Amino acid sequence: MKILMLGWELPPHNSGGLGIACYQLCKALSKKSVDIEFVLPYNADHGIDFMHITAAHPQGVAEVLRSGIAYDSYKYILEDGQETWIDIFGQQQLYEHAVARLVESREFDIVHAHDWLTFRAALRVKELKNCPIILHVHSVESDRSGGPHGNPYVKEIEAVALHMADRVIAVSQRTKDAIVRDYGVPADKIEVVHNSIDPQGFEPLDGDNAYRYLSIMKSLGYRVVTNIGRLTIQKGLPNLLRAAQKVVQHHPKTLFLIVGSGEQLYELIDLAADLGIGPNVIFTDFQRGKNWRDAFGIGDLFVMPSVSEPFGLTPLEAIGYGSPALVSKQSGVSEVLNNCLKVDFWDIDEMANKIAAVMQSDVLRDELAQNGYREFERMSWDHVSDKVHNLYVEHSQGAPA
Amino acid sequence: MKAVVLYLHVHQPFRIRHYTIFDSGVKHDYFDSDAENDTNNERILHKVAHKSYLPTNARLLEILKENPDFKLSLSITGTVLEQLERWSPEALKSFQDLCATGRVEIVAETYHHSLAFFYSRSEFEMQVDMHRRKIEELFGQTPKVFRNTELSYNNDLAVWADQAGYKGILTEGWDPVLQWRSPNFVYRPANTENIRLLMKNYKLSDDIAFRFGDHDWAEYPLTADKFSHWMSEDHNATNFNLFMDYETFGEHQWEHTGVFDFLQQLPREWSKTEGNTFMTVSEAIDNFQPVDKVDVPQTITWADTERDLSAWLGNGMQGSSIQALYDMQDRILGTGDLALIEDWRKLQTSDHFYYMCTKWFNDGDIHAYFSPYDTPYEAYMNFMNAYRDLQTRLAEKGMAV
Repeated sequence: MKILMLGWELPPHNSGGLGIACYQLCKALSKKSVDIEFVLPYNADHGIDFMHITAAHPQGVAEVLRSGIAYDSYKYILEDGQETWIDIFGQQQLYEHAVARLVESREFDIVHAHDWLTFRAALRVKELKNCPIILHVHSVESDRSGGPHGNPYVKEIEAVALHMADRVIAVSQRTKDAIVRDYGVPADKIEVVHNSIDPQGFEPLDGDNAYRYLSIMKSLGYRVVTNIGRLTIQKGLPNLLRAAQKVVQHHPKTLFLIVGSGEQLYELIDLAADLGIGPNVIFTDFQRGKNWRDAFGIGDLFVMPSVSEPFGLTPLEAIGYGSPALVSKQSGVSEVLNNCLKVDFWDIDEMANKIAAVMQSDVLRDELAQNGYREFERMSWDHVSDKVHNLYVEHSQGAPA
Repeated sequence: MKAVVLYLHVHQPFRIRHYTIFDSGVKHDYFDSDAENDTNNERILHKVAHKSYLPTNARLLEILKENPDFKLSLSITGTVLEQLERWSPEALKSFQDLCATGRVEIVAETYHHSLAFFYSRSEFEMQVDMHRRKIEELFGQTPKVFRNTELSYNNDLAVWADQAGYKGILTEGWDPVLQWRSPNFVYRPANTENIRLLMKNYKLSDDIAFRFGDHDWAEYPLTADKFSHWMSEDHNATNFNLFMDYETFGEHQWEHTGVFDFLQQLPREWSKTEGNTFMTVSEAIDNFQPVDKVDVPQTITWADTERDLSAWLGNGMQGSSIQALYDMQDRILGTGDLALIEDWRKLQTSDHFYYMCTKWFNDGDIHAYFSPYDTPYEAYMNFMNAYRDLQTRLAEKGMAV
């Protein structure tokens, strides 16, 4: 079976969970003799051998380089050597045209497209080739904007494409509910396929934690709460800091390690200081590699307080590194993970209560960590790819159902 | 008799380098930036010595030789003296040469240019004593007049200085305090008998310190002739208190503005009129009777349009970080570890808190703001990581943190 996969990013050039989810899904699908051509909007070396990766260029472009995260501009190097920067909307249109040219010379059974940036291209292919399209929703605009007032242009694309799709995959029940709520897409067209994690793919901790300060403080009876992610409205960090203030009142030996960058960084630094917990809250800015892994490793509790999280991979990563997790009920991961603490993102008192409970009880911490780890070990992208494969079979033209 | 009372303040802090959470508990070299940037204290000291200290002191020495009436007062912090000893003995010698004329008076203050008076009276007294001993050692004189960091002042400070035996104290001649009165006289602080108060004439002082090189200023160019004339117009005045940062000469007002020539011309012009002279701060206090009592229940400073401490303590980052530092006092001193105690004291320097000021940053008016850091938030993060390192050093000594 041949699948034309339309995506926006892959590791190591991903800005968040989207690239990792695409990578893991395709890797698992390739084991089921699914032949995937993955079309990206840029050139890069990914070191991937289980599928074919193509960079979709509009005519006359020699190379496309991305500047950083998915919502930034792209640099186009034209065939005559000139360079030009194009914003996310322009890039999306160029991608659509490039994909349209590409499919002239391609045969495939199904188009599988990930998130709104590729949806226009998917619709164009359906128009040209009359093939089934499956749209995979990793987040909707109301998730990303933290409320109903997202970008109207993006909402328009999501509305039209999701109605036109032959099938929609949502990464969680709450994402499915959001698609029905925001766009009125019939619920029976939407399949929930939760993301997962690859326990074998974990780079181990090396036993010498990079956060020396926190190691010393832990030996003095302090406990550490971690959060790792983008510091953006969707992630709900202000509520975590307000809960932190209450925790520190009851258990002063609590430190909060906030790893990440984003437009809320300065606002959060101000807030922590205004709440009187400046010394207890450590902002490290963006970290990768060992510093990133060790942040999970040093934590006594990982907290993901997201206002809206379609799935949310980081609590699973934390559990993989031995830290228990507290997740907001407004996350997709809370639908699949049992051995963790859960709280409504807006319930600051209860968030503080649960954090304090773990800070004051190593027994509770260890029990959560061990049981969570058992769940983690059973997770696999193979189960995910089974479900996706079934959908392919169901929709592929002429293939036996 | 009318006297110009010229008083210059010399100070450099030990700036904190880019010091991350990964340094806390590992390295204690907060003040040793080896980078080619504005936190490299040695580089900055060299720059200021060559642009300001050496050329200004050369001019001042010429003026002292040329005009037997010329006198001035200096305050020099312990932190800048340490830097001069270490990196520019030549500039230190030039200050000593000025004092050797017998017509330069050194004013007392805290060694570390700190705000200790507002947080810890015992620490404040220790730093004043350290400064006195340093001045005696390097300049062979014992200060008799006191100034607190940033000319911060209130009734309590005056009472303290009175009891400590100082004959005078300096502060801002701020209108809401003086009301209808002129700063050009000697005053007596409320609740005291012996001590006298000299208040800065900020209009005349700022004409030199801030407006001198400003081509858009209506009085540009400012000449010594014009300036002397302005002073002569106040027929009743006894003393014109020209208080400013020493670095006005050559650093804030560059040499090409003609500020050095102005400095040299001023005594010539001023002394042309019979009865006009220069006095040190002590001489002004000895020669003129106080005309009135001044009551300052609220703290004032010489900074900003607000003339308060809000540039140092106005936001949550500043308030919580300085409080956290002083909360450590008993444990830090209890270690008896001189290196640790000295690092703790160097972190008390008010500049660290000034760099965290957001009131200009929020207005976008960052030009009004001298800082070696890109943002106030980076200043705060570096400071807090240094604070955290102090915690680990306490822990190593078996002290509570």
